[in-house]
Amino acid sequence: MTAAATAITADDVLHGPTDARRRSNKRIGVALLFVLPFTLMFLAFYVAPIIYAIVDSTFAMKSSGLGFGPQQHVFVFLDNYMAALSSPDFQAGLGRLFLFCLIEVPLMVVTAGVLALLLDTGKTLWPRGFRVIYFMPYGVPGVIATLLWGFLYIPSTSPVLQGLSRAGIDLQPLDSGNVLFAIANISLWLYAGYNMIVLTAALNSIPTEIYEAARIDRAGEWAMVWRIKLPLIRPSIVLVTLFTIIGTLQLFVEPLVLSPLTTAINSTFTPNMAAYNAAFAKNNSSVAAAMAVIVAVIAFAMSIGFLKIVNRKGSEAW
Amino acid sequence: MVSAATSVGRHSPGFPRFALAVALVIAAVYFLLPVVWVLLASTKSPGDLFATNGLWFSDAPQLGYNISRVFTESGGAFGVWVANSVLYSGVGALVATLLATACGYGIAKYDFFGKEQLFWLILAGVLVPATVIALPLYFLLNTVNLVGTYWSVLLPSMVSPFGVYLARIHAATIPDEVIEAARIDGAGEGRIFASIATRMIVPAMVTIFLFQFVTIWNNYLLPLVMLSDGAKFPVTLGLTLWNSQTQRDPYFYTLVVTGSAVSMVVLIGVMMGLQRFWRAGMTAGATKG
Repeated sequence: MTAAATAITADDVLHGPTDARRRSNKRIGVALLFVLPFTLMFLAFYVAPIIYAIVDSTFAMKSSGLGFGPQQHVFVFLDNYMAALSSPDFQAGLGRLFLFCLIEVPLMVVTAGVLALLLDTGKTLWPRGFRVIYFMPYGVPGVIATLLWGFLYIPSTSPVLQGLSRAGIDLQPLDSGNVLFAIANISLWLYAGYNMIVLTAALNSIPTEIYEAARIDRAGEWAMVWRIKLPLIRPSIVLVTLFTIIGTLQLFVEPLVLSPLTTAINSTFTPNMAAYNAAFAKNNSSVAAAMAVIVAVIAFAMSIGFLKIVNRKGSEAW
Repeated sequence: MVSAATSVGRHSPGFPRFALAVALVIAAVYFLLPVVWVLLASTKSPGDLFATNGLWFSDAPQLGYNISRVFTESGGAFGVWVANSVLYSGVGALVATLLATACGYGIAKYDFFGKEQLFWLILAGVLVPATVIALPLYFLLNTVNLVGTYWSVLLPSMVSPFGVYLARIHAATIPDEVIEAARIDGAGEGRIFASIATRMIVPAMVTIFLFQFVTIWNNYLLPLVMLSDGAKFPVTLGLTLWNSQTQRDPYFYTLVVTGSAVSMVVLIGVMMGLQRFWRAGMTAGATKG
């Protein structure tokens, strides 16, 4: 620290402002060397696929002449989007996705928030141990979590379902009416602890003086939660909600892995599954690209829309 | 006893200690249930898996036999899958950490034209669903004959926009005076980054590494789309391959369960061992308001 302090004075004495500016111009080249490797990879593996998808989605393979000629790559503009959006299967998938979002997002945010706040009361034994247990599923791949919950959703291997049926409750988690909740439960199990940790970090950064002031004002625990903690961790709640929305729109792995266990999940259950199916089962990359772009546009629109709604209510959450 | 009760009552009329403990224990049971189930299931034969109480041992535990079957089945495929996962996650996360740290440092500590626009473009990358990228990437890599190779999974895994975000926040905390002092002492820009800057943000780099490691390890769609040769599969893809063969031979149930248990224990062990490093990243996300 002392070395740094003396350096400033030495720098001021030795170099005039013009000298410093000349050197900083030279450093722009160096800055590019730091930034360029990542940027090139980012362009290749994030930006290029998106551009490729957008371009590919406006083409189709069509036979020339009366249908007897060779297949040709023809520009069809929005035809693939029309085809995707007018397909009943894809529409059903979109509807299911919105319903899933509606179930999963509040469930996730409320669970993560409640767990973080309960552990933050400072009145529990072993808070770090509980945090570790809740966070642990984050290290389990979605595929493996789904395989495990799959066993717990089948009466012959599930101790939970066996216990419930002994109590007279006959629950079928993989029935068409329940399957979205069954999937929501897997996502909740995987990510609630992670989101709880994000909120816990925000709670920990609240200065203790604020709590002391509140205690002097005789604020109870509920008042602290509603008037101090929740308003102060609002940016993190917004962040968690945003990432949960984006995560739910990607729904793919869980239904794919559960699908052999139930007839309630078909190959176009979610838009992503429909895109995968179009690309590899039907060999129609252009329709698949159109479906992928539709999901990306929805994700983007919902992210922006959510942030707009949050910011309109008068606080600078973002 | 009395004084404890009154002190609790004074500070928190809304939170009875007992109800709090019950809620936390119920949540813990929920999060532990599948883990306990799979650990117990990995000690059972396929018959016992379906016939015995899922939350207790069978009469004839055979964990050792199951584990040895997991590692010998299909010519030792499981070991290859674990090694592949370690390769994809380890190498991918290492390169991703270096690229993201250099980029975040460059954005934080230098001025150049369009740097805020570049940063926002990268942040927008965080918002793009990974599944949206994977399909077009398959067709793109197909045109350069990379599909089906190790590179098709490794190269995309080396890009972490979230890492750039974390690196920029942490690099911004490096005092400019330190960098200026090093310059006066004659250190070049590269040397300053390699031997001074990176040392000051090691916790952030470890966090980026861990995030990316877990992300790659858990990734399913990318290898599913890119790979067809079982010898290049990561462990997630390999286990679903086994899962698809349970109709043919019920023993694959036990192989899937035991394989899941083994890979879970390994990754949770790594994660818990490096637990304290998670916090640096989480806090950074939280304080950016």
